[in-house]
Amino acid sequence: MEWANQLCENRQFGSKMTDSKYFTTTKKGEIFELKAELNSDKKEKKKEAVKKVIASMTVGKDVSALFPDVVNCMQTDNLELKKLVYLYLMNYAKSQPDMAIMAVNTFVKDCEDPNPLIRALAVRTMGCIRVDKITEYLCEPLRKCLKDEDPYVRKTAAVCVAKLHDINAQLVEDQGFLDTLKDLISDSNPMVVANAVAALSEIAESHPNSNLLDLNPQSINKLLTALNECTEWGQIFILDCLANYTPRDDRESQSICERVTPRLSHANSAVVLSAVKVLMKFMEMLPKDLDYYGTLLKKLAPPLVTLLSAEPELQYVALRNINLIVQKRPEILKHEMKVFFVKYNDPIYVKLEKLDIMIRLASQANIAQVLAELKEYATEVDVDFVRKAVRAIGRCAIKVEQSAERCVSTLLDLIQTKVNYVVQEAIVVIKDIFRKYPNKYESVIATLCENLDSLDEPEARAAMIWIVGEYAERIDNADELLESFLEGFHDESTQVQLQLLTAIVKLFLKKPTETQELVQQVLSLATQDSDNPDLRDRGYIYWRLLSTDPVAAKEVVLAEKPLISEETDLIEPTLLEELICHIGTLASVYHKPPSAFVEGSRGVMHKRLPARTGSGEGTESPDVGNVAGGSAPEAAPSIIPSQGDLLGDLLNLDLAPPTTTGPPPPTSGMQMGGMDLLGGGLDSLLGGDIGGSPAMGAGFGAAPAVMPASLNAPVGGGLGDLFDLGGGVGMPMGAYIPPKTVWLPAMKAKGLEISGTFARRAGVIQMELVLTNKAMSVMTDFAIQFNRNSFGLAPAGPLQVLTPLGPNQTIEVSLPLSTVGPVMKMDPLNNLQVAVKNNIDVFYFSCQYPISMLFVEDGKMERQVFLATWKDIPNDNESQFQIQDCHLNSDAASNKLQGSNIFTIAKRTVEGQDMLYMAIKLSNGIWVLAELKMQAGNPNYTISLKCRAPEVSQCVFQCYEAVLKN
Amino acid sequence: MIGGLFIYNHKGEVLISRVYRDDIGRNAVDAFRVNVIHARQQVRSPVTNIARTSFFHVKRSNIWLAAVTKQNVNAAMVFEFLYKMCDVMASYFGKISEENIKNNFVLIYELLDEILDFGYPQNSETGALKTFITQQGIKGQFQTKEEQSQITSQVTGQIGWRREGIKYRRNELFLDVLESVNLLMSPQGQVLSAHVSGRVVMKSYLSGMPECKFGMNDKIVIDKAGKGGVTNEAGKSTSGKQSIAIDDCTFNQCVRLSKFDSERSISFIPPDGDYELMRYRTTKDIILPFRVIPLVREVGRTKLEVKVVIKSNFKPSLLAQKIEVRIPTPLNTSGVQVICMKGKAKYKASENAIVWKIKRMAGMKESQISAEIELLPTNDKKKWARPPISMNFEVPFAPSGLKVRYLKVFESKLNYSDHDVVKWVRYIGRSGIYETRC
Repeated sequence: MEWANQLCENRQFGSKMTDSKYFTTTKKGEIFELKAELNSDKKEKKKEAVKKVIASMTVGKDVSALFPDVVNCMQTDNLELKKLVYLYLMNYAKSQPDMAIMAVNTFVKDCEDPNPLIRALAVRTMGCIRVDKITEYLCEPLRKCLKDEDPYVRKTAAVCVAKLHDINAQLVEDQGFLDTLKDLISDSNPMVVANAVAALSEIAESHPNSNLLDLNPQSINKLLTALNECTEWGQIFILDCLANYTPRDDRESQSICERVTPRLSHANSAVVLSAVKVLMKFMEMLPKDLDYYGTLLKKLAPPLVTLLSAEPELQYVALRNINLIVQKRPEILKHEMKVFFVKYNDPIYVKLEKLDIMIRLASQANIAQVLAELKEYATEVDVDFVRKAVRAIGRCAIKVEQSAERCVSTLLDLIQTKVNYVVQEAIVVIKDIFRKYPNKYESVIATLCENLDSLDEPEARAAMIWIVGEYAERIDNADELLESFLEGFHDESTQVQLQLLTAIVKLFLKKPTETQELVQQVLSLATQDSDNPDLRDRGYIYWRLLSTDPVAAKEVVLAEKPLISEETDLIEPTLLEELICHIGTLASVYHKPPSAFVEGSRGVMHKRLPARTGSGEGTESPDVGNVAGGSAPEAAPSIIPSQGDLLGDLLNLDLAPPTTTGPPPPTSGMQMGGMDLLGGGLDSLLGGDIGGSPAMGAGFGAAPAVMPASLNAPVGGGLGDLFDLGGGVGMPMGAYIPPKTVWLPAMKAKGLEISGTFARRAGVIQMELVLTNKAMSVMTDFAIQFNRNSFGLAPAGPLQVLTPLGPNQTIEVSLPLSTVGPVMKMDPLNNLQVAVKNNIDVFYFSCQYPISMLFVEDGKMERQVFLATWKDIPNDNESQFQIQDCHLNSDAASNKLQGSNIFTIAKRTVEGQDMLYMAIKLSNGIWVLAELKMQAGNPNYTISLKCRAPEVSQCVFQCYEAVLKN
Repeated sequence: MIGGLFIYNHKGEVLISRVYRDDIGRNAVDAFRVNVIHARQQVRSPVTNIARTSFFHVKRSNIWLAAVTKQNVNAAMVFEFLYKMCDVMASYFGKISEENIKNNFVLIYELLDEILDFGYPQNSETGALKTFITQQGIKGQFQTKEEQSQITSQVTGQIGWRREGIKYRRNELFLDVLESVNLLMSPQGQVLSAHVSGRVVMKSYLSGMPECKFGMNDKIVIDKAGKGGVTNEAGKSTSGKQSIAIDDCTFNQCVRLSKFDSERSISFIPPDGDYELMRYRTTKDIILPFRVIPLVREVGRTKLEVKVVIKSNFKPSLLAQKIEVRIPTPLNTSGVQVICMKGKAKYKASENAIVWKIKRMAGMKESQISAEIELLPTNDKKKWARPPISMNFEVPFAPSGLKVRYLKVFESKLNYSDHDVVKWVRYIGRSGIYETRC
């Protein structure tokens, strides 16, 4: 039956059942045969031959030798044959440019054909032939076609302008095609408008600063009208273009939203997602108390849910986007948890994405349901999915405190299944639960210990060892357990080795009497028998600590750990904002900015949400553009994570100092060894180290208490410097730019002296460096890298030292910084560890930046919002400081502070006392609210700071002091 | 935009390759084959990035369609386009298979040239395409000038889906409300999630350029009408009718979306022949046609006792059809004994399931199956995952409760009126993913 249908259909369209034969008959020596056939007199035979040629071309055979013969067939009134020849031309013209000219005449003639289909075909094909000489001939026909009476020809010509621009941009500008294209936006035919918009958008992308699209309320209105009438694809082009527009005010924004919302009911998911993008972006401008704002929020949920009943591939795209939307505006989908429940038959990529969103939406209200589901998933077949489900249970525990107990018992149930990877995954998350809720669930340790033998993955082993070390005092046989791991110490991965070292030191500090031997053993394993620098450095630190001052060691190693955050894997806010502007596109699927995967200039333009478009935008985008051109952003993340993790690990778990003042010893140790930011630096460092190592080893072995002089000296010196620095930079001068201080003295850096400061200019954070060469030789090849830090500061471009730095020369460089780098909490918070490389070596130093650099320009707040936020932040988070000896009146103070993006929201005067209420927004979205009290005649001010992240208060206070006093 | 489009057979041989952009080289064809089609691991994502080139793929039976790009394209659009491409091909030559693609490769190239220009999708409505891409190449010269301009105006026009001058002796309309009801139920009978995804599918054979208006018992519309008519009795009687809350709906591009947004009325000029007018989704007050009550008991390590009761929950006068209950069995099943009250049940070892089929079942009835499953002892520590019991059926009503209120046809230029159109309405409810965990 089906066969009969097919036969019938084939007959109907006139093609014979035998087209497939073209795929099978291409053999050697065939070129000759084909040549003969192509030159045959019979039309049918010619056509057959061309088909064979195309089939060969498809499977990748080189049939370019037939070029003249095929082109000869072009002069035909058979449309099908003509199209085949054109297809051939598009493929081979580039390799045979001279012969391609032969075709020009036919094209030019076809562009005059009375049949619009043929005119369009000619102009469409000509644009695809990327041969310079042909493009010259293309201009005249294209100009005519752009003004053709037939819309089909015009819409084809519109796209052709984009093609020509891709080949020769200058030509398009010189010939004035851009203006003609702009005119087409007002065309009467909606499809012509849509294609013109698509072409202009593409051309505009490669000219980021040109005002090509020139969107204004009038042109927007035209686009919105065409939107209702054009094809589904045209609607997508128009919506994507609209998303680049920034409305002038909230009313315009609302009226556009109103006209875009009907698109949410379109059957085409891409139309829906592009509409969502426009709405998400323009919503930023709407006041939140507006009724319409709430209506819009409500309207967004149903279409997003509907996307989940599309085909799986589209579901995947939708889910990746929903993941972003949920992070940006959790309120939209908070009641829709159920639709993200995994279906048995979902493809694995859909399952994994749904799981991610479930965790993001988990809250106290729905946690019971979520947990029941997750437990169900943990018994599935796909290993990755099961692991993720188990991990998700742990994340629920950390996110929703009320559910922690239930999560822990679920995890214990899962451990009882004894399925190896489930057990291991469960142990990894339980470690995090312990950290989040200390002294609460330790009763389960016994169960965990039972599974020690089955752990074969480093992460799980490391987690288990951490648990044993952390709770050594409650585990009777902790020493035996740890000893058992020690046997195969050298076969373990670094992660496990480090953790084991720390755990045994912890154990020793808790039970010193029984475990002396064990700790000796591990320290010597780590320092003498290992060639891993991280391990050895950590070993040495512990050794020295233990031998010089056990009390200090206890304070350091058993310090209280900082809390871990509730939400993990959150996308950094500025990146999130950019991705929201790219909803529906590949960037939103990869969760990466386009610059990370698009080559060249295209798509590198950074997009931002409208509320954020301040004066900064103009200056920022080109900077970032430069970066994308080079390979810097690619290289950086690939090096940092592995080492960075260790480093973070070291800091967070073990060395977090008990108080905010007094971090020096471990920090400096880390700088010397743990921080390998530039790859090559490690080797050179190691080289030096190894040289001194036999002596050190011997020295230690004999009497750990004695420090080898060779090591002592540089470390000591480095420390001194650090303290100096702390004094020098600790008080940033705020207002605009603190004076430069020496960060890296020439003595420490083989003649390179670095001093510098930080500044914020037009919304861009800049690190201003002065490099001085005090050595005898020329320095070249400078590069800079930061360690992970509290606010994700990272160089936004390479260090621009283009000329070699001769002896006694000085160069001033300004390095733009971005805040999208990896984040790790530092102590003090504004500490920044920097590595600078040149042709001689790698040097490390650390400096502190004034936190005022991170105060963003849009830190103003509505009074109401301020009030509500102030009330909303618990009183525990309030801290009070005194600023002494300041002689400014309140207006002057307010002005001065405003210069540093500290905005006065309100002022009140009560009984001669001025109260200033101020708001600050940090680059990572943290708000700090302040109340500054000043009494006339009293030079001492009182300042109260309230913030959800109270850690920053101290730094902010320092800024106030610095700004006000300068 | 899309840089190129490739079609492969299951072995990874290229059947069709069309490159639109200069940044896509021939090696892209091989990259996809090596990294995706020949990859050892199962495909983990429909979007793959290989050496800064992104590949989007969909599979139809064993044919791979891949779109390639180096730019930040609209990903949703690319997939929508690939689906559309499949639809277009299917409507030209039927099933998408290697043979059909090879047989029609010239046609496919011609289509690809037309519906994708420089990687930008163009009009891809088969109705319009079939007027000028016919594989009868010579036709071009026979077309009159009027015919040509009619084609181009349809392809680019506002009503790209319908041509003028259609005539039928008998004006007829077929309207099918097709719903699939989805359920996930806990073993205790708690509804974990339930929704209906419905489609309104039409076949219209109408002359001229008719304007249609479609109405259903949408809660928002009925409530509005109710409010408007508080004063008169007639208004009250309409508001008394049952209405349904539609969570969301999407429409064929022929429907005027702005009109729906402002007045919530569905008006359109229909395509000729078959098309899908709308899709919708409801989650409230769903009639679940069947309830499955599972009981699984492990007797020792080598035996399982399973009892499943199904209850039909709709008007006794209606008949459900093609009922099938699928009860999964463990992998180490050695033998199964089944007893069922109604229909036929069989253990299918290859599918690891007991399949119980009942031809017909009236509403408000109940039926039961019990089975004893013998298991081979295994050392496998891994627990059997107990997949859910799934069900298939077909019922002659809409589980969402949707009712068609009217479908009016207006054609001002021709002399036929709404009354002259013969209209047929039918409701079919099918099971979607209808699962009960056990």
